[in-house]
Amino acid sequence: MTDISTETPIEDDFVRPSRLRQWLSHGGLVIGGTILFITIFMAIFAAYLAPGDPYLQGLGDRLQPPIWHDRGSWDHPLGTDQLGRDYLSRLIYGSRISLLIGIGTVAIAGLIGTTLGLVAGFMGGRVDMVISFLITVRLAMPLVLVALAVVGLVGNSLFIVIAVLGLLLWDRFAVVARTAAAQVRNLDYVAAARALGCSTPRIILQEVLPNVMGSILVVVTLEMAHAILLEAALSFLGLGVQPPLPSWGLMIAEGRDFIFFTPWVIAIPGVALFVLVLGINLVGDGLRDVSSPGGRS
Amino acid sequence: MLRYTAQRLLVAFAVAISVSVISFAILRMSTDLAQALAGEAANQEQVEQIRIAYGLDRPLPLQYLDWLADLFRGDLGQSYYFRSPVAELIGDRLPLTFSLAISSLFLALVIAVPLGIIAALKQNTWIDRACLTLAVVGQAMPSFWFALMLIFFFAVQLQWVPLSGGATWQGLILPVVVLAYYAMPAIMRLTRAGMVDVLASDYIRTARAKGLSSTSILLKHALRNAVMPVIALAAVQFGFLLGGSTIVETVFALDGIGYLSWESIQRADFPVVQSIVLLFSLIFVVLTLLTDLLNAWIDPRVRG
Repeated sequence: MTDISTETPIEDDFVRPSRLRQWLSHGGLVIGGTILFITIFMAIFAAYLAPGDPYLQGLGDRLQPPIWHDRGSWDHPLGTDQLGRDYLSRLIYGSRISLLIGIGTVAIAGLIGTTLGLVAGFMGGRVDMVISFLITVRLAMPLVLVALAVVGLVGNSLFIVIAVLGLLLWDRFAVVARTAAAQVRNLDYVAAARALGCSTPRIILQEVLPNVMGSILVVVTLEMAHAILLEAALSFLGLGVQPPLPSWGLMIAEGRDFIFFTPWVIAIPGVALFVLVLGINLVGDGLRDVSSPGGRS
Repeated sequence: MLRYTAQRLLVAFAVAISVSVISFAILRMSTDLAQALAGEAANQEQVEQIRIAYGLDRPLPLQYLDWLADLFRGDLGQSYYFRSPVAELIGDRLPLTFSLAISSLFLALVIAVPLGIIAALKQNTWIDRACLTLAVVGQAMPSFWFALMLIFFFAVQLQWVPLSGGATWQGLILPVVVLAYYAMPAIMRLTRAGMVDVLASDYIRTARAKGLSSTSILLKHALRNAVMPVIALAAVQFGFLLGGSTIVETVFALDGIGYLSWESIQRADFPVVQSIVLLFSLIFVVLTLLTDLLNAWIDPRVRG
């Protein structure tokens, strides 16, 4: 007993700092983490950071150029859109929509997918067959088209988009959770829990779930990025978030007619979208690298 | 092999039926079909007449079976908007969407597979990192925005290609590039991962020890084993590219199935939407079935 109690803390001390160093030495993880942190900060403190009202129209100064342009001014650092609304303020408030879509979708999809995957992987047999079949059916359906059609039917609002994406993007959670649960299923500690008389839901929640969290976390980032891109595409196609909300995809759609003379109205929200999705993906890739012993593969 | 084939066929058939139930449900839950067929101006009595004439008063499962029977006869119903058979509408636009998907998949493979191999051979060098960056950027790129940027640079600024439309082959260059870049990252990463695994395996070491040349090892042994998952992925990607055509065709105003689907959703022309969802799903099911079978045929372990 004494041996164990002295050994464990030493190993902990040895492992912890090196893991933190490993995280910090991973370039992608640091860059992605920084991008994500800044975006979250922007979303939370939008009211303080935004120079103006994102909905206030100024018909007098429509399509003002951004600051790096010859005619740019500090009144509107990123210029204004076709209704004279301050673009920087819209961009900052827009981060709220993207993050809300990402987090909301992942919460719904993650719950559905992880539950189905864990049950399938852990139970095996017929249950596994049914759930695997559900995954196959879901994968066979064209994602963008089904999302567009359902939003077109039900009507479009921010929450409907989140619900629809959440109900569609659960497949990867299910696949990953299923594989991981199937691997853990026959390990000794699960058998021990069963021998102790633990119920199946309890074993899944307390023994299996913690062991698949690492893989699930990677899927969380992937699907969050996926959802943000899909929302932008849906809004761009007119079947997502509705005006006047400053969704980045919607901003690109609204600026589309002005591509000839004021291309920044498309470039700016597109860059924001790209950078956020890149950041989330880098975090995902980084988490996968540091959690797998072999490094990136 | 026969047993495996039968098993896969059965699953594919079941998936197809499930998808058809879902797309049938999409139509029936959306609107009152009789009202839609009769038009806005029709009174209650006319709507009821049409309901009976088209058999829409019967129980839903029966209607589904009828619809399925029509489907097998190639009758996809009538478009509310065009007042013409859906099969015709889709048939007219299928070649454009298909050539778009096939060319972009081809372009993606031609670029991504060699890059993936090079990245694997030169692991952790600047070449590997450059390839990874290309993939990471591609994965984060919103395809509709990428399309608009390409239009701005190559059609508006440089005027190398026409602004929109698929009348000429030049008009298809940008859409193909957008779709190809969308499909590339996954293919490249999978090729690289496959090659890394294979190169580290025992039989490659044995081949090296036997004194075979690097090229011969690469082409005869490594590539053959790394390429199978890539073929499976390419099949899946083809399905994604068809789905992605909705976005790309809309941006470039190409009159393919993707554009038709978007317009039909806007017009609440659900027989068309439903048929396109079903068509894309069936193509996906057939493609994954074929790759599964091909995989099993090449690698007997899969059949087990």
